[in-house]
Amino acid sequence: MKAKNEPGMTLIVKTITRLTVGLILLYGIYIVSHGHLSPGGGFAGGVIIALSFVHLMLAFGKDVALKKLSMSFAGLLESMGAVMFLSIALLGFMGGYFFLNFFSKKGLPFHLFSAGIIPFCNIAICLKVGAGLFAIFVSLVLLYKTDE
Amino acid sequence: MLEINILLLFMIIGAVIAVEVKDLLSSVVAVGAVGLGLSMAFLVLKAPDLAITQLVVELLCLIILIRATIRKDLPFSTSGRWLFNTLSTICFLAIFLTFAYFALKDLPQFGKPVMRVAKTYVEEGLSKTGAANIVAAIILDFRGYDTLGEATVLFTAVIGVLAIVRRIGRKKEGKNEG
Amino acid sequence: MLTYFLCFILFSIGVYCVLRKRNLIKIIIGLGIIEYAGNLFFALIGYRTEGRSPILTQDQAIKNMVDPLPQALVLTAIVIGLAVTALMVAIAIRIYEKYGTFDITKINKLKG
Repeated sequence: MKAKNEPGMTLIVKTITRLTVGLILLYGIYIVSHGHLSPGGGFAGGVIIALSFVHLMLAFGKDVALKKLSMSFAGLLESMGAVMFLSIALLGFMGGYFFLNFFSKKGLPFHLFSAGIIPFCNIAICLKVGAGLFAIFVSLVLLYKTDE
Repeated sequence: MLEINILLLFMIIGAVIAVEVKDLLSSVVAVGAVGLGLSMAFLVLKAPDLAITQLVVELLCLIILIRATIRKDLPFSTSGRWLFNTLSTICFLAIFLTFAYFALKDLPQFGKPVMRVAKTYVEEGLSKTGAANIVAAIILDFRGYDTLGEATVLFTAVIGVLAIVRRIGRKKEGKNEG
Repeated sequence: MLTYFLCFILFSIGVYCVLRKRNLIKIIIGLGIIEYAGNLFFALIGYRTEGRSPILTQDQAIKNMVDPLPQALVLTAIVIGLAVTALMVAIAIRIYEKYGTFDITKINKLKG
């Protein structure tokens, strides 16, 4: 029952997707930013963020999702995550060795701004995993489209 | 530990169904059930980080596998040396499980781990890194090289997928033919 | 001991699938089952009876914590497993385009 030959699924799926996709993205960001206090971290949060874009693509078709996050921008984000993680590791040489937790004041434990470099590493890994898995999914889907 | 044994039996049944069923889509759904059982087993084993990661990874893995299997055939041919192949495989697995039984006797008892390295991490993790989540402290501070290698492997896998599915090679083939 | 052995049975089901089946997708599924069994075995080794999860809390000291080191190793292995599965699926789709089948014995006989 497609209305005007538009891509994607039916109206019910689209309405529910409009409601839930923002919440999924927000939950992923929460998981990443509280990775040093509670279960979660960069890996799980990155996959959740990638899943929110995958959800958008499955419901609305590839054009809407690629307008939000294009393929080249995803590649840029992934490279940025890799460079950010490596540069955080290299900054440890300021204090002596690779991967040094170089903040002298690490902040109060059990609070959001604590634990030195660990939140920044979480953000870098989240960018890398999320953009990389989204790029994998988009490339597999585009291959499928060209088969038709 | 009764719960973990029940979950393992569930996973074994799901794996047997996934291996033996003829329809590919049913097989993929059964392996998804195995993954969700694994997620629950991690939760029982007191590893909430692993449970969250396994759950979301299983969802994405299921989507990718369904994309591969949709509208594809399943050649189910039992010609050739069917009996010989099956018997040799089962013999190999029986020998493997027998030796595994003797090797597993020498492991530490289930429920009593030898925490020689991890004792340092547990005792000094909070004062050295300031992170309340000890697993995050290990993967990003104490064992940062491990995570760096993981990032390299992920990068290589993404580049490999993009290189395999790109369309430049096919355009050249079309030019040669037409 | 029984738990370890059940985990090994799961592993051997995956090995049977990889050795015996002819469909490429079934082989990928078998490799996935092997990966699950390996991850679960690591997590089983680190378990402690009546243990607590390795997350510190603010107002109480935790004495009986499960081993956090295998969990940290498995956490990276899960994400790598997803990426490797995606790579194998991409190769399988390319093989299907070229030969028109997933049967590995037929792929062997054709020449590109």
